[in-house]
Amino acid sequence: MLFFSRWKAAAILLTALAVCLFAVPNFFSEKVVARWPDWAQRHIVLGLDLQGGSSLLLQVDSKAVRKERLQAVDDDVLRLLRQARIPFTGRAIVGSSVQVHITRPADVKNALDKLGTLSAPLSGVLGSTGQRSLDIVEKNGQISLTPSDGAFTERIRQAVDQSIEIIQRRVNELGLVEPSIQREGVDRILVQVPGLQDPTRLKEILGKTAKLDFRMVDTTMTPEQAIQTHPPADSEILPGQKGEKYLIEKRVLVSGGDLVDASPGFDQRTNEPIVNFRFNSTGSRKFAEATQQNVGKPFAIVLDNQVVSAPVIREPILGGQGQISGNFTVQEASDLAILLRAGALPAPLTIIQENTVGPGLGQDSILAGEHAAYVGAGLVIFFMLVTYGLFGLFANVAVAVNVAMIFGVLSMLGATLTLPGIAGIVLTVGIAVDSNVLIYERIREEVRAGRSAINAIDAGFTRALATILDSNITTFIAAAVLFYAGSGPVRGFAVTLGVGILTSLFTAFTLTRLIMAYWVRLWRPRTVPI
Amino acid sequence: MRLLRIVPDNTRFDFMRFRRISFPISAILSIVAISLYFFHGLNFGIDFVGGTLVEVQTKAGPADLAKMRATITSLKLGDFQLQEFGAPDDVLIRIPEQPGGDQAQEAAVQKVRGALGDTVTYRRVEVVGPSVSTELLSYGTIGLLSAIIAILFYLWFRFEWQFALGAMIANVHDVVLTVGFMSLTRVDFDLTSIAALLTIVGYSLNDTVVIYDRIREMLRRYKRMPMPDLLNVSVNATLSRSIVTHVTVAMSLLALLLFGGQAIRSFTATMMFGVVLVGTYTSVFIASPILIYLGVGTGRMGGAEEPETPPAAAAGPPSAQTPAPARPAPARRARARR
Repeated sequence: MLFFSRWKAAAILLTALAVCLFAVPNFFSEKVVARWPDWAQRHIVLGLDLQGGSSLLLQVDSKAVRKERLQAVDDDVLRLLRQARIPFTGRAIVGSSVQVHITRPADVKNALDKLGTLSAPLSGVLGSTGQRSLDIVEKNGQISLTPSDGAFTERIRQAVDQSIEIIQRRVNELGLVEPSIQREGVDRILVQVPGLQDPTRLKEILGKTAKLDFRMVDTTMTPEQAIQTHPPADSEILPGQKGEKYLIEKRVLVSGGDLVDASPGFDQRTNEPIVNFRFNSTGSRKFAEATQQNVGKPFAIVLDNQVVSAPVIREPILGGQGQISGNFTVQEASDLAILLRAGALPAPLTIIQENTVGPGLGQDSILAGEHAAYVGAGLVIFFMLVTYGLFGLFANVAVAVNVAMIFGVLSMLGATLTLPGIAGIVLTVGIAVDSNVLIYERIREEVRAGRSAINAIDAGFTRALATILDSNITTFIAAAVLFYAGSGPVRGFAVTLGVGILTSLFTAFTLTRLIMAYWVRLWRPRTVPI
Repeated sequence: MRLLRIVPDNTRFDFMRFRRISFPISAILSIVAISLYFFHGLNFGIDFVGGTLVEVQTKAGPADLAKMRATITSLKLGDFQLQEFGAPDDVLIRIPEQPGGDQAQEAAVQKVRGALGDTVTYRRVEVVGPSVSTELLSYGTIGLLSAIIAILFYLWFRFEWQFALGAMIANVHDVVLTVGFMSLTRVDFDLTSIAALLTIVGYSLNDTVVIYDRIREMLRRYKRMPMPDLLNVSVNATLSRSIVTHVTVAMSLLALLLFGGQAIRSFTATMMFGVVLVGTYTSVFIASPILIYLGVGTGRMGGAEEPETPPAAAAGPPSAQTPAPARPAPARRARARR
């Protein structure tokens, strides 16, 4: 147990040193570290509860995704059946499927063939899952198309990916420092912005879907008439900004997706804040066609299913440029420009959890953590020296290296340090000493049993190491479970606890033994000084 | 140099005798704890029941709690709590979960910000909507249960089943008593509390395993020692280590409790109770004697007894793996099982 070949000793010391060196970048400021090579730059990230900042958890509205998917299938069914000139009736969205009745039984097979093209096989991670995106069932000429669950999940996943990009753009526009935007689970996104104090504006920006459409106003009847009877099949009632009702065609002439630029500005005549926009070539063409065909008629600018304004087309707009005015304040115009530039979210996002920590609290937490760490470490070091003398010194050295290694490993992982994480480190110091205590108490027992000094030390290590392994593994299991079951700060605690256990196992099995071995070799003691 | 010895060498304290007292006491305490949980309830934090937590610091001197209370009441946000938090100018406001799903929580925060305006700086704002809170509660409970079960399997693998069962009973007892403590002190029960409970589980098992390890070694060595004696020997042998380690952990926790700040106070207080007080008590007075009742070492009653500690004169060969050194034949004395 006490024999270390030169190579082994060197390997142990070098490993410990290497891991500790990884902790070094944490002591230098960002600017200095940025000049070092990439692999040396990894450092610990301070959690939001230590740095101060805002964390928002957003969830994709899956109901909206379903609705949109069904609508898309509905539109496709209409398009395909019309192209194939198959007469049908009763096209409607019923529950979670689209249903349509084929008038002539002879057409049923043809219809099924055409509609079958809408269903694509779904592929999973390992290739085709065997599921299709659309389940098509036919009975007596009634065809029912139901998007499968796999298709929804896939669509939600895509929505999350798209949303992340769009959020990235929106957040960048706000000029926020190093935001972190990540997927969480299947349908959630975690947005973390260090240093942000008041996330109100951020929440507003993220809360809006920003779906912009240009559609014609339906002038065949007044909105009031439409409410009383039924609106025509291809139009719907939409509210304006002050609650007034408009009857708008469902068909979209140009959508915000074709916008290439949007910027806030002021109307030349009235000086009220407006948003100037510009279309790309496709958008310009569509806009030009639409305005040419409908001179003299009102068209509506619809934002998130609300009519922002409904001006009359006075002349065809061929340049692909225009402005939106709708009683905006300067801030609203600016925000709308940001939203339009970044793009519309594929589905609405709801904020389901928010966590904001001010810098004052962050600073206090860091100070408190440091304070507790120094006092705790000081007490433990003192106690070990007083109880085990020289061996206590060895234990203290091992524990000091242990803590340095914890920081090193955390840096390597780029892990996040939270206040419970600091508590975890302080606790680990208390637990790490246990390994050494087990060894020393065993050595003392062996001495009392009559072994010589070197035998006692050797036997002490042998007997104790199995116990150390067993007891640490149980705490490690608890830390692992905590990592999976927890989130945020609690996860930080689990990480430091787990890493601490691993490093303390390493130091107990190698470093403490090494120090002891060298001491025995150099001093050749007759008695054990504890 | 005389070193500190908290526990003298070669103690022979008869721990097992107390099992007739400790088991009933534990049973009573557990029942008390369980009834506290059901009748007194736990002070669930927003992590588990949803709601909003706002910690503010008044800019102009100590907070006028009555005035703030009136302002918030006028917002009609339901039954809220408002209290001083650590310093006279530090106020913690807790608003219950608003009806209306996740969006309603956000609206509530805006109202509070609007009402308090510029008179305060916001140290912390936490909003947990209904979707997340139900999840956190189930994850937390499942986490706790799966940790206990995982450790149970690990112990079963390393020791015999009686040891695993004994450890689990001791563990569950730890958790129950700690939950009772949390109910009694009305400490905030949130995700960090689950972290504290899990750490208590891990650490208390750590302790129990050390004793079990020694018991296992003794069982192999002294095949005829009656169980109560054997358990006493094991516990006494590990007593010194236990006390030293508990002192060091207690010191770390004390430092955290005193200096770690208000934010993690409930966390550290719970750990202090669970690790230092309860963990030690259960490892010695529950986890060990319970092995007798679980039938470990049956067939040892009566009969000859081995001397309790290896005689000092034994000298084994200097190799590392010697088993117990040879000893003189024990004097055969009939001894009634205690």
